[in-house]
Amino acid sequence: MASVERPTYRLLGQRIPYVEGPLKVTGRAEYTDDLRRPGMLVARLLRSPWPHARLRSIDTTAARALPGVYAVLTGERYPTPFGVLPITHDETAIAVGKARYTGDILAAVAAQDERTAEAALALVRVDVEELPEYSDPRTGIARVAEPIHARGLNGSNVQKEVVQDFGDVDAAFSQAAQTARVRGTFAGVTHAFTEPMATIAESTPDGRLTVWSATQVPHYLHRSLSEVLGIPMHRIRVIKPEVGGAFGGKSDPLPHEIVCAALAIETGRPVKLLFDREDVFYTNHGRHPTQNDVRIAVDADGRILAYDIEALIDGGAWSSFGTVTTYYNGVLSMGPYRVPNFRYHGRRVYTNRPPSGAMRAHGGTNIRYSVEVALDLLAEQLGRDPFDLRAINALPPNSTTVNEFRITSTSFLKCLAAAREKSGWDAKFRRLPYGRGVGLGCGFYISGSNSPIHFTPKMPQSTVHLKVDMDGGIAVHSMQADIGQGSNTLLAAIVAEVLGVDLERVHVQRVDSDVSPIDIGSYSSRVTFMMGNAARSAALDLRGQLIAAAAELLGRPAESIETTHERFQVRGAPEVGVSFAAALEKAMERVGALTATGAYSTTPKGGTFKGARAGTAPAYSFAAYVAQVDVDVETGEYHVEKIWAAFDCGRALNRLAVEGQIEGSIHMGLGQVMGESMNYRGARLFNPSFLEYKIPTADQMPEVEILLVAEDDPEGPFGAKEAGEGPLIATLPAVGNALYDAIGVRFTELPITPDRVLRGIDRRRREGRPWKGA
Amino acid sequence: MSSQELLSFRLNGQPVTTPCEPARILLDLLREDLEETGTKRGCDLGTCGCCTVLLDGRPTLSCLSLARLVEGCEVTTIEGVSPPQGLSPVQAAFVAHGATQCGFCTPGFVLTATALLKENPHPSREEIVRAISGNLCRCTGYTKIIEAIDAAARGGP
Ligand code: FES
Ligand code: FES
Repeated sequence: MASVERPTYRLLGQRIPYVEGPLKVTGRAEYTDDLRRPGMLVARLLRSPWPHARLRSIDTTAARALPGVYAVLTGERYPTPFGVLPITHDETAIAVGKARYTGDILAAVAAQDERTAEAALALVRVDVEELPEYSDPRTGIARVAEPIHARGLNGSNVQKEVVQDFGDVDAAFSQAAQTARVRGTFAGVTHAFTEPMATIAESTPDGRLTVWSATQVPHYLHRSLSEVLGIPMHRIRVIKPEVGGAFGGKSDPLPHEIVCAALAIETGRPVKLLFDREDVFYTNHGRHPTQNDVRIAVDADGRILAYDIEALIDGGAWSSFGTVTTYYNGVLSMGPYRVPNFRYHGRRVYTNRPPSGAMRAHGGTNIRYSVEVALDLLAEQLGRDPFDLRAINALPPNSTTVNEFRITSTSFLKCLAAAREKSGWDAKFRRLPYGRGVGLGCGFYISGSNSPIHFTPKMPQSTVHLKVDMDGGIAVHSMQADIGQGSNTLLAAIVAEVLGVDLERVHVQRVDSDVSPIDIGSYSSRVTFMMGNAARSAALDLRGQLIAAAAELLGRPAESIETTHERFQVRGAPEVGVSFAAALEKAMERVGALTATGAYSTTPKGGTFKGARAGTAPAYSFAAYVAQVDVDVETGEYHVEKIWAAFDCGRALNRLAVEGQIEGSIHMGLGQVMGESMNYRGARLFNPSFLEYKIPTADQMPEVEILLVAEDDPEGPFGAKEAGEGPLIATLPAVGNALYDAIGVRFTELPITPDRVLRGIDRRRREGRPWKGA
Repeated sequence: MSSQELLSFRLNGQPVTTPCEPARILLDLLREDLEETGTKRGCDLGTCGCCTVLLDGRPTLSCLSLARLVEGCEVTTIEGVSPPQGLSPVQAAFVAHGATQCGFCTPGFVLTATALLKENPHPSREEIVRAISGNLCRCTGYTKIIEAIDAAARGGP
């Protein structure tokens, strides 16, 4: 390939501290629960103690009569179904007819204070008929006595079934030199963001409703409020305060947000609804408990011939993003490899457990673990190094996958090379003493979904507005949602970069649906790519206006003018130029404050078969991680000593933020592989607190060495791709495969807890199969 | 409301006298009654560290503390370690090193770090890790928090 000179930028590519960082470190950043409105009431929810029950009657008379109670709501008042995906509207704001999981909302109260609200809840009398409880997705595949939802497939609890078949999988398996099979079992895990959900709503006499909510997708919330409450969107205003982490858990429009708004309408007063930690656990929407069955066939050189995959996904009580989940468990299993024949059968089954939904690296995590363990097995069977096996199977750049994904940039081979070299792999693999080991895991993820979920897919996915006034400050409006990942900072930096101005001139405005143009929010790792492109195009528009003014002032053609730091000057004659301020003043003579708009639309790409668009993205991220572990073979405790994380996010536009996303992703991935688990007895969750659902603490984190070796993406803004979710995925198989290298035990059930490790060690010893001489 | 008595303590250097029921929790008193909202509520169960305040200089979980127990004590919240203009060295280091992402855990970490550096101005990495192991952060993986505290101890941002 001809070497193209890689441009450098003034700001982008540096370590850019978060623009709102000073507010966060001083406690001045405003989260929803920090806001208050005059005369504000407190809302509380009555949650179902039954996993599955028909609601015979809910008597709220006594609760309503309690002094200090302003409203008590039950499901019939706002029964319109909703849900994040337009095709699976199966939720209601408050349960109607049935309770479907322990934690389902049965009634809501607005009262003068917390104590009164709690007292009122205790007075609500609920009469139910308990129904059979479904907690095992295997049972729900067939027709059941009492389907959880009427829309279950043929009287079963199957919410979504996906069957895909490309090429000739059976023929490929019959020609295979080697095959491997991994049957993985994955406990559910949850986001565990630190800020519990919170919503404030206020309905005012001018007929408008304002909702402040801890959401990562303000636009979908806006739509759902309108649909369920029957109020046109232009009479609803959604404001997103600072959000204390989300990771997918605040991406569905959630029932409590609608309930809070409904209570504000009923009472005519502002209402706040704040979750406690238990509410957060029951609301869940975390990663699905999953069983998968992965078979991979390779030829004698280790070239992948075919995948044959099944996935059985425990959806919990609602659809949520589940249709997408069901597709992703298949289609995201292939990249970073070329897979010529592919068969997938995925089912997502309703159970009476708290709903699962989208969680960081949604749909790409569990299946990836099993695939990467199978590849590790195959490498062993073939006597090949795991790196070599991956390398010969790498998807080439500018290629098309068997299911018609368009692959553009990939630096996967560079990631492999960097991880191999920096980790000292060749000196360590199978060479460390018994109990210590290294493992390789790779990753692949979408950089934004090509299919927006909102119902007018012809609209751009992201729009950015800019306004500059006499003060030279640039106000930026967009409905992208900063949830801690640094998107406000990136937005400001892109605008400043294009205009050549200092970052402090750029003020990213709070998300407010009255003034923010639509961007469909923070999910599917789409923001950098889509908002970034929209911001770039808005800033280019504005720059054009300023250059035209500078050209007029200088009496030179616009084409001859270049942008430098706070200055426009003639290319080749830098002494001839005008300041940013002077150009701005000139440009304003005609129109006053300058405004500009930029937008980004994905071109839908992919095949024409059913479900073809699932997983199509304008670009993909790639990863190769090595983990090194140290196992205490007496106790089964183990420590991840270090992770070398080679990640292809295209160009890292804010290195500080990209590193932070990778480090945070590794934390979350380690949590899932090493210990996190939503523990159920039947359908009942019994560890809804951080006491029993433990996320890793500082002393459990390994050293992380980040290797950013990628080339620029041709379509990403300034060459960038995603770094928000993909970096999680490779963590899990890297640890699983490292444990194999350490003790010779394959783990296919997550989390890999010390007792499982110990059992594995014992089993191997009993079978008389020593490993590394022990 | 019943059985309110007056509670007196010093909050961020200023004397405060406020009505307080016997069962009032310090976090509620701070956030709801005194509107010091920099102290965050993450769990109400003593498990996350978001509600950390300094009680006579020692990191304390305000969600587990009865407000009455601070009678006569000095309580420092995040508002109390923030200078009127600009940032404290710990705060500046947190911003510069990317130790805050969503920011919800940050006040708790800043207070814990501030107390650590007061007691032990030159902590080792292990001492930093030990000091912050009671605070949960779901965003950063702690790496940059540790770096920031280390940098603040070395006198740089
Ligand atoms: S709110 Fe006090 S420890 Fe979580
Ligand atoms: S920065 Fe989000 S929890 Fe720590």
